[in-house]
Amino acid sequence: MFLHIGEEIINAKDMLGKIDSEIGDGDHGAGMATGAEAFTAKLQEASCHNVNAVFKVTGMEMMKSMGGASGVIFGTMFSGGVKNLPAKETLDTNTLAAIFGESTEAVKKRGKASVGDKTMIDALEPASEALKKAAGEGKGLYDSVADAEEAANQGVEYTKNLEAKFGRAKTLGERALGFQDAGATSVWLIFKSMRVWMEKNE
Amino acid sequence: MKKVINQEAAIVDEMIEGFIAAYSNDYKKVPDVKGITYKHSSPDKVGIVIGGGTGHEPLFIGAAGEGLADGVALGNVFAAPTPDTILEVTKSVDQGKGVLYIYGNYAGDVLNFDVASELAEVEDIDTETVQVTDDVVSAEEKEERRGIAGDMFVLKIAGGAAASGLPLSEVKRLTAKANDNLFSIGVGLSPGTSPGKTEPMFELPEDEIEYGLGIHGEKGIRRSKMKPADELTTELLEELQKVAGLQSDEEVAVLINGLGKTTLMELFIVNRKVQQWCEERNINVYDTDVNSYCTTQDMGGFSITFMKLDDELKKYFDVPAASPYYTRANRGESE
Repeated sequence: MFLHIGEEIINAKDMLGKIDSEIGDGDHGAGMATGAEAFTAKLQEASCHNVNAVFKVTGMEMMKSMGGASGVIFGTMFSGGVKNLPAKETLDTNTLAAIFGESTEAVKKRGKASVGDKTMIDALEPASEALKKAAGEGKGLYDSVADAEEAANQGVEYTKNLEAKFGRAKTLGERALGFQDAGATSVWLIFKSMRVWMEKNE
Repeated sequence: MKKVINQEAAIVDEMIEGFIAAYSNDYKKVPDVKGITYKHSSPDKVGIVIGGGTGHEPLFIGAAGEGLADGVALGNVFAAPTPDTILEVTKSVDQGKGVLYIYGNYAGDVLNFDVASELAEVEDIDTETVQVTDDVVSAEEKEERRGIAGDMFVLKIAGGAAASGLPLSEVKRLTAKANDNLFSIGVGLSPGTSPGKTEPMFELPEDEIEYGLGIHGEKGIRRSKMKPADELTTELLEELQKVAGLQSDEEVAVLINGLGKTTLMELFIVNRKVQQWCEERNINVYDTDVNSYCTTQDMGGFSITFMKLDDELKKYFDVPAASPYYTRANRGESE
């Protein structure tokens, strides 16, 4: 599944770069693709015994290879959620909700951003909430991920109405209105990739 | 824009390889990461690590040397270095006295240096941090401002303090004081092109300039038609003075920094006006540096930096320093 996420991120390189260049410096696509190439290579060579290891390796590789703010933030999103998680052999809704619940907190603490700051948190927090809700309702993994994807998508739309509080778009003020946040778009893309992979591999 | 490169992905590694090949008597690469260290750092001193994105040369690769940084952590082009790069450089320069991190205040640099600092703590290395915040038009609050060419002056004080054998807490205090006294403003004349890219980094009409434009094309305060050097320089000085509030009899160090494309000839013409302006206001210029330390490829424009000096800062400003791109000779007792 993670290899598919990597593939989708690499394919989206130009799209993400273009979104970023409207109000940022345009390197988000290239940065994410660098990270995706690194974790794809590592996941293919390393034998990850459990869910925890896959998340951890993915995050660590992104943090090591990307640089910039995205490297730390997306690295934390993957590796920050499994720190305190007991080892899991299989991924179910409860586990995924627990991972993203923890990682959302870790990213917020690291980046000091909250919902409404026009960052990837605007997609990640609602997606994480959607997973938690789905877990509470006893939904299956596919449906839960689909809910998270939809919540992230709404988060991306929401960022269009916001002025940026972080990053290079910060100095733009109102000029950033109407443009979606590139990091939030990446969060959505990651959940979408998960769902598409499950659809193909069910 | 034509750039002499091979492949975009290899730019940073090949630049480091070429730098080390040129200056291997004095510098070495840190294995496995995009970092370099100075070979002759005196023993038992606090380590100074500076870092940032590649593409602003001679900062940051040229910032290590005698009385300057001991190590440099480099990121990809215009992207902050990774935590493990910073950590490996930190480990290479630590002599048990701790390490001071210096970098311009950008979100990516803050995040990566913060993670590196936590990783260093696990390795029992004390670190402290000073973020350079000199660009006066980038934010109202001093601590939220971006770092531009003033990096060089802050590093100068840090390097001088560390070379004098002061402990980490003192090196940090003096470095932070240098930053508190640091005010810069820039003007953009034309955009640069990131290596490997075909489009310039931002749009600016041929006959226009932008006051306060950031070194990555961050929006400035206003645009106008191009003007003669004296008029342009005076307007910049007036904006800078609104924040710096320099008083009569105050002492300053001045840096006129070119952004890449603007020539030394032009920078001297700017400096001529800066010195006149200071003289008219009875501001004492202790020292002036006209150079291009912090560039953005072939971007046109320049910045003016003032660092207010007192006797304490002057002492560390005057400690001799040398790298292939920065020299401060010993002024001697006679002066």
